[in-house]
Amino acid sequence: MNRKPDYLAHAVLILGVLIFIFPIWVAFSGATQSAGAINRGDLSLIPRLSGLPVFINALGFGNTAKGGVPIWHMMMVSALMALGIALGKIAISSISAFAIAFFRFPFRMVAFWLIFITLMLPVEVRIIPTYSVMSDFHLINTFTGLTMPLIASATATLLFRQVFLAVPDELVEAAKLDGAGPMRFFFDILLPVSGANLAALFVILFVYGWNQYLWPLLVATNGRLDTIVLGIVQMITSDQLTPWNLVMAATILAIVPPVFVVVAMQRWFVAGLTETDK
Amino acid sequence: MERRALFGGRLLPAVLVAPQLAITILFFLLPAWRAFSESVQATDAFGLNTTFVGLANFRALLDSPVYQAALLRTVAFCAAVTVLSMAGGLVLACFANRGIRGQSVYRVLLIWPYAIAPALASVIFVFLLQPQIGLLSNGLARLGIDFNYATNGNDAFGLIVLIAAWKQVSYNFIFYLAGLQSVPASVIEAATLDGARGFYRFRTVIWPLLAPTTFFLLVINTVYAAFDAFALIFALTGGGPGSSTTTLVVKVYRDGVINLDLGGSAAQSVILMALIVVLTTIQFRYTGKRAT
Repeated sequence: MNRKPDYLAHAVLILGVLIFIFPIWVAFSGATQSAGAINRGDLSLIPRLSGLPVFINALGFGNTAKGGVPIWHMMMVSALMALGIALGKIAISSISAFAIAFFRFPFRMVAFWLIFITLMLPVEVRIIPTYSVMSDFHLINTFTGLTMPLIASATATLLFRQVFLAVPDELVEAAKLDGAGPMRFFFDILLPVSGANLAALFVILFVYGWNQYLWPLLVATNGRLDTIVLGIVQMITSDQLTPWNLVMAATILAIVPPVFVVVAMQRWFVAGLTETDK
Repeated sequence: MERRALFGGRLLPAVLVAPQLAITILFFLLPAWRAFSESVQATDAFGLNTTFVGLANFRALLDSPVYQAALLRTVAFCAAVTVLSMAGGLVLACFANRGIRGQSVYRVLLIWPYAIAPALASVIFVFLLQPQIGLLSNGLARLGIDFNYATNGNDAFGLIVLIAAWKQVSYNFIFYLAGLQSVPASVIEAATLDGARGFYRFRTVIWPLLAPTTFFLLVINTVYAAFDAFALIFALTGGGPGSSTTTLVVKVYRDGVINLDLGGSAAQSVILMALIVVLTTIQFRYTGKRAT
């Protein structure tokens, strides 16, 4: 079929892309320029090639108002936190969904509804009491405190349950005939057939974990556990003169990992998101 | 829906649900319970004595003009963010679904903002619009427009709406594109043969078929604006200037963590929980997503 290009569609989509990219471009370009020029309001939209090492220098930069913990350390905390949350959530939600879908045990539905309720209790609505529980358990300023409470997830359990319910009964019977016990079945059959869902969930949960702000704000108070998102916000809100080029370099560094995960795994991510949330 | 083929045993399933149940009880139900019990108590200024006060904290809140203003502000914020980001997502999805060249490239270029942390979206917009150094604010100043979110409440409110919508468009785009792709080609062809084209065809044929997606997104975007946008607002303005960007969630934080009004903050938490229960129920009841 040979027809003329759909100019209007291209124009609208390019405009949309530009609206998304423009702020990031300005941040990138700002990172490569001198802090002095930025503070004078002389920001150029063209990145300075000689300023590119800023992305390396920024790794060692720290906020002196909060103990000077360097950016690379914050990135590491964020990575461990995001991985801990994503893998932890996948682990405990998949086994609890397995129990609920494949067994009959007393209080099964009670367990299911208790898990379901967590959908309705985001941290944002119970900030103070959650903090007080955390401090009772001495979990403030610990890595466990930073990750464990975010690991319970009704969404992931619901998704796994849905996927598991769709597994044909014949597969279960066949496994039983071959003498496979429940855990053997879970690891050798159930998880492999849920591969695409696992990948999608990993992307969603990694982004969720990496992008947390309120929770680290409550739990990480002494600097050693600052995540990159929290650390950057604190750099622009402290009273000192903001070294904008370093802060923008850190911001670009901070958005690369989650964006990379989404783009690299977008096929699974898009399919998984529209199925999980809906 | 239930399975027929099952495994036997009682101990194993109990062990398998235990970790999730333990975390749920310790970090979700226990705090929620504390919020309920604190919401009906008052603590004296020294934090020594607590007395049961019934619904007094709730009555005080609902009578307070400050709280009413925050409630109205939250409704306006949610409505503005939802409409803007859904309209943006729908328009982009419609054009991305017209079978043009480079469709998959556009798709990647339009979904990545999903991955940006809300708090960092604010940091990036601060860099653009900070009154002294911002590229855009300086540009506006040259045109004679004085945009200052740090001192002008309306500017601050407009900016949080803009950032929240900017960040959410890609989410709505993903869902609307999936919705459009599931419209059967035969329906479109039939409508076209009947002479329906362009916007008329969209309004009469496609838009009604997108209704379930639209409804689902209305709920999700409202929840996003009401709750998840905390990071974005708090990182940008901390709720100010004055209280011009203090939504309900920001107010819970300010009253509880900064002003240490535990009873009042707990009562606000309980109200927010009620709100989210309503939203979640609507979502599950009307979008065909069944819990059991």
